[in-house]
Amino acid sequence: MATIKLHNVSRSFAIDGAPLPVLQDVGFEVPSGAVLAIVGPNGSGKSTLLRLIAGLLPPDRGQVAVDSQPVSEGDQRVGLVFQEPRLLPWRKVVDNVAFPLELVGVSSNERRQRAMALLDLVGVAAFAGAYPGQLSGGMRQRVAIARALARDPQVLLLDEPFSALDALTRERFDSELLELWQRTGSTVVIVTHSIPEAVFLADEVLVLSPRPGRVIARVPVPIGRPRTTATYEDPAFAHISATIRRHLAGSEADYASDEAAAAPVRDVLERAGAPAWFDPFGSDG
Amino acid sequence: MTAGLPVARGRRIGGALLPVLLAAMFFVLAWKAVVLIGGYPTFILPAPELVAGRFVEAWAEGTMTPHALATLTEIGWGLLVGATSAVAVGYLLARSTLAERLFSPYIVAAQATPILVLAPLLVLWLGTGLAAKVVICALIVFFPVAVATMVGIRSVDSRLLELGRSLRATRWQIVRYLELPAALPQILGGLRVGATLAVIGAIVGEWAGADRGLGYLINLARGSLFDIPLMFATLVTIAAIGVALYLAVVLAERALVGTWR
Repeated sequence: MATIKLHNVSRSFAIDGAPLPVLQDVGFEVPSGAVLAIVGPNGSGKSTLLRLIAGLLPPDRGQVAVDSQPVSEGDQRVGLVFQEPRLLPWRKVVDNVAFPLELVGVSSNERRQRAMALLDLVGVAAFAGAYPGQLSGGMRQRVAIARALARDPQVLLLDEPFSALDALTRERFDSELLELWQRTGSTVVIVTHSIPEAVFLADEVLVLSPRPGRVIARVPVPIGRPRTTATYEDPAFAHISATIRRHLAGSEADYASDEAAAAPVRDVLERAGAPAWFDPFGSDG
Repeated sequence: MTAGLPVARGRRIGGALLPVLLAAMFFVLAWKAVVLIGGYPTFILPAPELVAGRFVEAWAEGTMTPHALATLTEIGWGLLVGATSAVAVGYLLARSTLAERLFSPYIVAAQATPILVLAPLLVLWLGTGLAAKVVICALIVFFPVAVATMVGIRSVDSRLLELGRSLRATRWQIVRYLELPAALPQILGGLRVGATLAVIGAIVGEWAGADRGLGYLINLARGSLFDIPLMFATLVTIAAIGVALYLAVVLAERALVGTWR
């Protein structure tokens, strides 16, 4: 059980020497065991926000805390699922799931058992001995979720995890994610482009403005659980979706294209993702 | 990719073997034809059956064995030393711009200097024993493996590195579990080139000064013994070692990388 708390968080990146503010004074709280969805236009800092909570990036200003404890780099209390599965192609599925445990020195038998249990949980146990290259995209993302759960995180962060899947598969994965959430009881933060996905999953939907990202609305989703495919036809569902859409439309950015808005930050994020090496002169080569 | 593969692969290799054998037969026949038509004496170009006979004889009477073992030892150590240091240096070059700026000119210069010029110097400094040959071998192996490692490490997906950080992997764990496995296909590609070059390194080193080894045996057969069929038999042995090394790397590639690629 873990409460996530962000207080006045700002973050900018240096793009060609000039600072580009990506997030500005973002503050919110996710109660323990709740599901928060973050929506916003491209370039609104959704992925940056997730990395701040995961401790992969430090904020320029403000605090990020899980259970009142500031997050640290690669925080153990947090499991992160990326937009792409990011599996190690040379490792079998089961060894991919066991990887986080291997890094902290769990014995080979124990981590195998744990990995098999997790694969069972996400419904990929039959492919434990396959290589990631032999699985479909959806299967791979399930494996990635199992891996994120390997160290029993109290917080599960997902960065547009199902955006590569077709609409129907995506709905099925959303239902499965909710089942998983109910079984693990973890606090979940999911970044998504899809308003229906956000409403279906979340207790509260956070709407971000275009860059620099600010919280422009917090929309509660008072739809009962368990949620099923019938939830999509609930009048409340349509109503809440419309509210979110209005907030998003009201903040419509003037970028030439979504891609132009997202690209510079994404590049910086990818570079920031690499470890800092022993290079006093920087990597300008 | 499918379960039926082993059978299919077996048949494919069986099928692939036939043209290889035919090509070898054609090569030997052409050789024989050149000898017959040209009417060359044995000391210019011995006939294939003569070389084959000398080859079997040299191995049977124990002429070849100690020399082959000496050369193999040089190649083995040279490959080990050269490839290991090349992976370490290649990694450093990939990850540090400073290191690349400082060291790459010397590495390229060392590669551009003909090994034939360096070999006598190294023998002068290190003596005619094993050490000089290992250094010569290692030098010649170094470049292709170092460049392959550098390119391989540079092309590791930075998203995998971020995954490593999100799992709080240590620097060494990132190297061992993420970067080296991801770069392994390229490193092995460099090793393919390096393994065959190692043979050249050993022979060149022996020519620069040695009292054993296949290179030494070639000199001996050509000079004081004037046993040209033995010289050719030694050549065949050297070529076979090169092919065997190359195949060993290919098999290692298949075992390490082939399963998931």
